[in-house]
Amino acid sequence: MIKAVMVMNTQGKTRLAKFYEYLPVEKQQELIRGIFAVLCSRAENVSNFIDAESIFGPDSRLVYKHFATLYFVFVFDSSENELAVLDLIQVFVETLDKCFQNVCELDIVFNYSKVHTILDEMIFGGQVVETSSSEIMKAVEEISKSFLYPFLLCLSKKTC
Amino acid sequence: MEQLKTIGRELAMGSQGGFYQSKEFLDLVKSIGEARSKAEEDRIVLGEIETLKRRVSEPDIPKRKMKEYILRLVYVEMLGHDASFGYIHAVKMTHDDSLLVKRTGYLAVTLFLNEDHDLIILIVNTIQKDLKSDNYLVVCAALNAVCKLINEETIPAVLPQVVDLLAHPKEAVRKKAIMALHRFYQKSPSSVSHLVSNFRKRLCDNDPGVMGATLCPLFELVSTDVNSYKDLVISFVSILKQVAERRLPKAYDYHQMPAPFIQIKLLKILALLGSGDKQASENMYTVVGDIFRKCDSSSNIGNAVLYECICCVSSIYPNPKLLESAADAISRFLKSDSHNLKYMGIDALGRLIKISPEIAEQHQLAVIDCLEDPDDTLKRKTFELLYKMTKSTNVEVIVDRMIDYMISINDNHYKTEIASRCVELAEQFAPSNQWFIQIMNKVFEHAGDLVNIKVAHNLMRLIAEGFGEDDDSADSQLRSSAVDSYLHILGEPKIPSVFLQLICWVLGEYGTADGKYSASYITGKLSDVAEAYSNDETVKAYAVTALMKIYAFEIAAGRKVDMLPECQSLMEQFLASHSTDLQQRAYELQAVIGLDAHAVESIMPSDASCEDIEVDKALSFLNGYIQDSIEKGAQPYIPESERSGMLNISNFRNQDHHGASSHGLKFEAYELPKQTVQSRIPPATLASTEFVPVPEPMSVRESYPTTIVPSASSDAESTELKLRLDGVQKKWGRQTHSPATSTSSSTSKKTVNGIKQVDGSNTSNSSTWETYDSRKHVEINSEKQKLAASLFGGSSKTEKKPATGHKISKPSSHMVEKSHVRKSSMEIASEKKALVHQPPDLLDFGEPTVQSSDPPSVDPFKELEGLLEPTTQLGSTAAAATNSPDIMGLFTETPGGTHNKDDSDILSSLSKQPVTNMVGGATSTQVAQSSKGPNRKDSLEKDSLVRQMGVTPSSPNPNLFKDLLG
Repeated sequence: MIKAVMVMNTQGKTRLAKFYEYLPVEKQQELIRGIFAVLCSRAENVSNFIDAESIFGPDSRLVYKHFATLYFVFVFDSSENELAVLDLIQVFVETLDKCFQNVCELDIVFNYSKVHTILDEMIFGGQVVETSSSEIMKAVEEISKSFLYPFLLCLSKKTC
Repeated sequence: MEQLKTIGRELAMGSQGGFYQSKEFLDLVKSIGEARSKAEEDRIVLGEIETLKRRVSEPDIPKRKMKEYILRLVYVEMLGHDASFGYIHAVKMTHDDSLLVKRTGYLAVTLFLNEDHDLIILIVNTIQKDLKSDNYLVVCAALNAVCKLINEETIPAVLPQVVDLLAHPKEAVRKKAIMALHRFYQKSPSSVSHLVSNFRKRLCDNDPGVMGATLCPLFELVSTDVNSYKDLVISFVSILKQVAERRLPKAYDYHQMPAPFIQIKLLKILALLGSGDKQASENMYTVVGDIFRKCDSSSNIGNAVLYECICCVSSIYPNPKLLESAADAISRFLKSDSHNLKYMGIDALGRLIKISPEIAEQHQLAVIDCLEDPDDTLKRKTFELLYKMTKSTNVEVIVDRMIDYMISINDNHYKTEIASRCVELAEQFAPSNQWFIQIMNKVFEHAGDLVNIKVAHNLMRLIAEGFGEDDDSADSQLRSSAVDSYLHILGEPKIPSVFLQLICWVLGEYGTADGKYSASYITGKLSDVAEAYSNDETVKAYAVTALMKIYAFEIAAGRKVDMLPECQSLMEQFLASHSTDLQQRAYELQAVIGLDAHAVESIMPSDASCEDIEVDKALSFLNGYIQDSIEKGAQPYIPESERSGMLNISNFRNQDHHGASSHGLKFEAYELPKQTVQSRIPPATLASTEFVPVPEPMSVRESYPTTIVPSASSDAESTELKLRLDGVQKKWGRQTHSPATSTSSSTSKKTVNGIKQVDGSNTSNSSTWETYDSRKHVEINSEKQKLAASLFGGSSKTEKKPATGHKISKPSSHMVEKSHVRKSSMEIASEKKALVHQPPDLLDFGEPTVQSSDPPSVDPFKELEGLLEPTTQLGSTAAAATNSPDIMGLFTETPGGTHNKDDSDILSSLSKQPVTNMVGGATSTQVAQSSKGPNRKDSLEKDSLVRQMGVTPSSPNPNLFKDLLG
């Protein structure tokens, strides 16, 4: 089961945080800070895995991936495979990229409700439900389409 | 004009499909990005909270506005601030008719609330309605909320709808309904136990996505109860076979692998089902063997599947052929340059050695490389492996290594773990007592506060008992060596409390036993301890008792006792101590000193700590008295069992006896407190209590429950409360650790890197150093060789001491060669340095071909400086990197998009350079950048700006919006 998904930038600012088990806000912040402290002390060219037991309690592993200015962090338990989760991050980022046409940190900040939607299509209640980025895209596009109509309405109101 | 701009921007953002944010929000994000300190950020966010508080409570807010406020609240809470005032508005939004608003409402509530929140009751109704909606998107949104917000009590409210949805025409809905059901199962297995068969049914779903999703709950079901799912082995195997033969739609291919995530889940399930079951396992051999052959070991995901195969093979009933393939795969992992693969290799090796221990030997050098790797994660994994393969022949080497590592790290959590492992291994495999005590001393010295006090007690017992052999001289030798070492250790400045207690105890028992040290010397040391650690009561108590023992032994031996002046002042202090325990011990000491030799010897016999204290439970010393009484006409004592028929007193007695501990309610009358029969009671009264039912018990009965009940219930309450807290902690661990970890890994890295390796990178410039260095390498390698031999190669007494023999023969010549290779790669590494801190272009898969040993640079701004200088050495690295794993090649299918945002695009290099990507690794990113031509420096500057600002659009970085507006 996946316990948490986080995206933070290289300065430790949270860009996205989703915990699949409820945690109070302060606890979340503390965990994020703890993870960031570990992440930023990691050298380059080392593995993408971190033993997260000291932060997240027993049976928790952490896989992270560093893209541009962002760290993508997945925390999960022994029912997942580290390498596979690494690719799951890849799927996530690829999907983001398809969605935002060359995604960058700004996209994630300004559209985080959409990022949440993408994530919800991939991971549902802590379980990976979809791993094909084209399928995820399809689902997200359907949702976007359903929004388009009211959006055009409000636009026309503005211009008038 | 201004308005037009806003509209334009909205249009640009809006093209993302309605997930639009207002300018206010952009400004907020921007100002937070620019905040220079946490305090400033907090100030901004608090201001925002105030604004939002005001706004959300205004009447008649348009929905669109409200939606945005809620999203801003989500953002604020993500930054760690309380947004609870807005929860109710988020709940209200879920009632809305518009899908967009509803979805936002659901998103917000799933992020804000937990399943036990008071507001949930307001949402359940909406969820129920939405689950029945015609619009499947609404249903999906509701199912999402179901997963997060429905608790055990509310499950029945939505369960029928969720079950209906399992047959929904849309696969997306079926998939989510399965997951929701799975969630219910996790929360309360009993509530959905009758629906478990649905998971089996969905396994045959037409849609591979639904089938894949069903594997998650099935995995969990199988792991809790293997036997009821044995019948599915055939189905799983056939699914896996079909997947591996690419029968699934192309969309599920990932990097040319057919549905790897589904394969992994299936392999996990098969591993469970085949464990210890020969028949089931035999069904799997073919398909697993096929996957081994088909797996593309050049891609990350291919290796993930391979790793899962190894796990499966090591779990199911062993098959020699598969084990061989698994061993091959492991050796490929370990030989890889990627740390990730090495990590997986070590992990897989740990699994496989349980079945075939001999395969570890082939990989000994690789394992030792991993042990010396600067990567902390890999190192820990390797220690885990070593822990698993410890035998009595290699325990010394392994435990020594572990202790060195334990000393080098600061992370308390891991330190505790490794300390307890050291103790466990030492207790299990210790070759000699001497060694055991040495190891324990080290563990206590460096992690004393972290180990369980029981470990100290065990050690005390060991020292006291010896090893059970009837060899007294060996035992006393052991003790004197312990005393020697402890007296030595007492010179250290800071000693953990547990260790001090142990030291005091041993010094007290055996400090003067061998006559090497005088009593005054030992007592002096003990009072030093008590003085130096004056705020530790336990240590002081141990010290006082130890003093008492020493003096007692002296007195018993007929020597005159002169209390040292510092001891005397210490005693005076303790006699007036606030701690009653200390006081009592001090008084006892005073009393003992005043006694004569004979009395002292019977109170404090020397070396008697292990002897059982005999307790005369039968009170035989009273026999004479009883005899007298009986002769005078008293009734003899009738044992309880014989009395049982008379008045059922024994029942009452039993209850009375248990009453104190169980606090249960009593429904029967209480008997008068039964007096003990044996001695004091005159025979006449004894008879009367046994036979006469006195009316008094009634009052006892009345008063008893009233006094006891409250305490019992409060007791229960308090434990319940505690339990709940425990549950929370178990899930997420101790919170106090997080700050410690940051320092830990950085410092550990320093030590871990080793001076040797840092030397290595310097040497390329100076020749004198070079020779020294290469010699050093030889030494290291020969040492490594020996280490390997002692770890893996059975019993070898000569190899245990690496320092003695300089016999560098065949194997080490190979190592010399290796060291040269490494050195030349160092040179490349130093050239590459500029490139290592590469611009953030992104899919930086480049698994380093070179283990560059540069120390971890933490300062992002330093990296930035490097970024702004265009790098020129692309060629050399390109050559160096070509043989790195071809991971990027797999991305070539990614369709190219429009590249308007240039360098901060995460995937730009991928789609732009499909051909060069094939080269793989670090090269592709670099080449990609160089091809961006004149734009490059420009974009880097922009990127650095973005970085500095956190995220700063508009004014400091106008390019962004120019791009967006086209």
